[in-house]
Amino acid sequence: MNNEWVRDEITRMSGVNPKKCMRCGKCSATCPAYDEMEYHPHQFVAMVENGDIEPLLKSESLYMCLTCMACVERCPRGVEPAKLIEAVRLTAIREKGANRLKAEAVPAMLDEDTPQQLLVSAFRKYAK
Amino acid sequence: MQRIGVFVCWCGSNIAGTVDVKAVAQALGHEPGVVFSTDYQYMCSQAGQDMIKEAVAEHRLTGIVVCSCSPRMHEATFRKTAQAAGLNPYMVEIANIREQCSWVHKDMPVGTEKAIILGKAAVAKVHLNAPLTPGESPVTKRALVIGGGIAGIQTALDIADAGFKVDIVEKKPTIGGKMAQLDKTFPTLDCAACILTPKMVDAAQHENIRIFSYSEVHEVKGFVGNFDVTIKKHARFVKEDICTGCGACVEKCPMKKIPNEFNLGMDNRPAIYIPFAQAVPKVATVDPNHCNMLKNGKCGLCARVCTAGAIDYTQKDEYIEEKYGAIVVATGFNPISMDKFDEFAYNQSKDVITSLEFERLTNAAGPTAGKLIRPSDGKHPHTIVFVQCVGSRCEACAQKGKEYCSKICCMYTAKHAMLVRDKYPDTEVYVFYIDVRTPGKNFDEFYRRAVEEYGVKYIKGMVGKVTPDESGVLKVQASDLLDNKQLHIDADLVVLAAAIEPDKSARPLATMLTASMDTNDFFTEAHPKLRPVESPTAGVFLSGACQGPKDIPETVSQAGAAAAKVIGLLAKDRLKGNPCVASSNELMCNGCSSCANVCPYGAITYEEKEFRMPDRTTAIRRVAKVNPAVCQGCGCCTVACPSGAMDLNGFKNDQIMAEVDAICK
Repeated sequence: MNNEWVRDEITRMSGVNPKKCMRCGKCSATCPAYDEMEYHPHQFVAMVENGDIEPLLKSESLYMCLTCMACVERCPRGVEPAKLIEAVRLTAIREKGANRLKAEAVPAMLDEDTPQQLLVSAFRKYAK
Repeated sequence: MQRIGVFVCWCGSNIAGTVDVKAVAQALGHEPGVVFSTDYQYMCSQAGQDMIKEAVAEHRLTGIVVCSCSPRMHEATFRKTAQAAGLNPYMVEIANIREQCSWVHKDMPVGTEKAIILGKAAVAKVHLNAPLTPGESPVTKRALVIGGGIAGIQTALDIADAGFKVDIVEKKPTIGGKMAQLDKTFPTLDCAACILTPKMVDAAQHENIRIFSYSEVHEVKGFVGNFDVTIKKHARFVKEDICTGCGACVEKCPMKKIPNEFNLGMDNRPAIYIPFAQAVPKVATVDPNHCNMLKNGKCGLCARVCTAGAIDYTQKDEYIEEKYGAIVVATGFNPISMDKFDEFAYNQSKDVITSLEFERLTNAAGPTAGKLIRPSDGKHPHTIVFVQCVGSRCEACAQKGKEYCSKICCMYTAKHAMLVRDKYPDTEVYVFYIDVRTPGKNFDEFYRRAVEEYGVKYIKGMVGKVTPDESGVLKVQASDLLDNKQLHIDADLVVLAAAIEPDKSARPLATMLTASMDTNDFFTEAHPKLRPVESPTAGVFLSGACQGPKDIPETVSQAGAAAAKVIGLLAKDRLKGNPCVASSNELMCNGCSSCANVCPYGAITYEEKEFRMPDRTTAIRRVAKVNPAVCQGCGCCTVACPSGAMDLNGFKNDQIMAEVDAICK
């Protein structure tokens, strides 16, 4: 994939302008899933800006983001890192056969406590 | 018919780089009325000006067109040249072929064509120019300083020392402003009160200075040299001239539980109070919202204990009218509210404080007598986290903070951190920063000392959230960007470096003064580089943080600069006005008031005038009349007038139409 094209596509999809980032790190400071991530929210923004997208597409970090939007809420520059992560994740699962969650896998996960809404949102996030 | 000379300036390569100046001079030489046309490298230089003077004499010129930079830059220069050559200065027209032509075009033929068109328009206008003579107005030799902080005090002292009368209007019961609340000052660590209070006393004792404390500017009329100002002096229910400031009333007042604004609500004061021991004027003030006597007519204890008999419960707000030649705005700043920053738990925990509150906590005259304790339980804090840029450098659409850098926070945080480590070496001090900005004399050295000598831990990153737990510990979650880690710190005290914003009184004041402001409500200067202490409104000057965030040394320098400008104005006996003012043609005026309604300066009045009508009859008609001393020549009225009766000298309707015709030809 052409890096520049992918970067432009990701910024277009997300509506995020990574150039607005002033490297304060408040997104990573606020992130509840920080310890689960290989690349942290502030790194996402910097890496997308630099067109360094291949490692992000392969990283497990994409699926660790809870989309809690705390980073979006608190970013002083209005960069909205969660939206960027979302766009990178969409780019990854849109590849052929890259669905993170397959329908066949669902029955095994079901139990009394899992709300249906969770499954719906999981499908929205992890499958195309 | 005018005899016009055209002078095309190269401005080095600024104009000549994109405009063929020779072609412009040649083309304009063929315009009707143009008897001389030339070009030169720097028309504004002495040689260039001499060239103009010689041409006026040699070719008997009656009008001059200079094709050069913006008239804001050199119109005054060339008008003086014309005057020296014996012409009326208003016979000069500038064609702006730099800012509006060469700088915005890259293509030489396009730039040249446009320069010629602009030149033609100026020639067409000069044909209709008439000599103008400015009127004169006297100068009231008294200045008004609005705001009694360090900026206002310094400006007032400097003006008063030059021999002019100055009045300070301060809305609080005492002068001193924010600096009176500070503990130490960076980077020298002198005590703020020790250097401020002598100045407050100087101001109070100066024979040329009057202080109106607990007062506000109520109304401003007039214009440069002749402002009519109404000052509203709030009733303080204490006779200022009798009160000795002994404090007996303060001690006896039974209403003791009122949050003390001087200590930012960290302790209480009575309903009758003196803000602090060194207050100027040192007189008591009754808070009408809490005084039992004023609210319910019961108590009167202060009046009984006052041996001087200074208490007066019947005192009313007083309005004082005074004339001024110049007005200095020194309304200062405030830290922004932390209400929108829930993540730092400012409203949840008493141990999350702002930096100004921290100043009071470490001040010997503060609520804790200078002992640094946790406001919640009075215990000594062992881990302190400072958070920088809270609300500063926020993108405007974030709606929480301010887009600008507040400028002073990096330095005062370094000061706080250093002082804590100095006084309480057992304390761990963390400073979370985005950038450390220390451009100032001895500033970076100061910050490095905090790190290297005092062991303050500076961490590049931001605090994401602060969560108080049941035991009162503040759980701080932050990022360390250089180490690429998320940090979790158990803090006892969190100090937020809140952004600063202009005082809320600035906006209504700007409206009264017709002084312009930026989107952040900071006053705009007449020129950001060359006229930094003047407002674009003549006679209004700017001092201190009302113009932009500033530290004390900068504020004092600007205060002195503003005073110098005021002295320059007040030293004149008469001021030359601007002759380019509006006037109404009485025969065409129908008295509709449209012009008076749009006039921002209140320069238009109406009068009943007798006119001769056909068949030897007379009629009384209502017609507009412009006060040329008040009119600023903005031209709003000429556009609003439905009958075309209003016209602006120097920019008459037919002159403007002639320019438009020349451009469209």
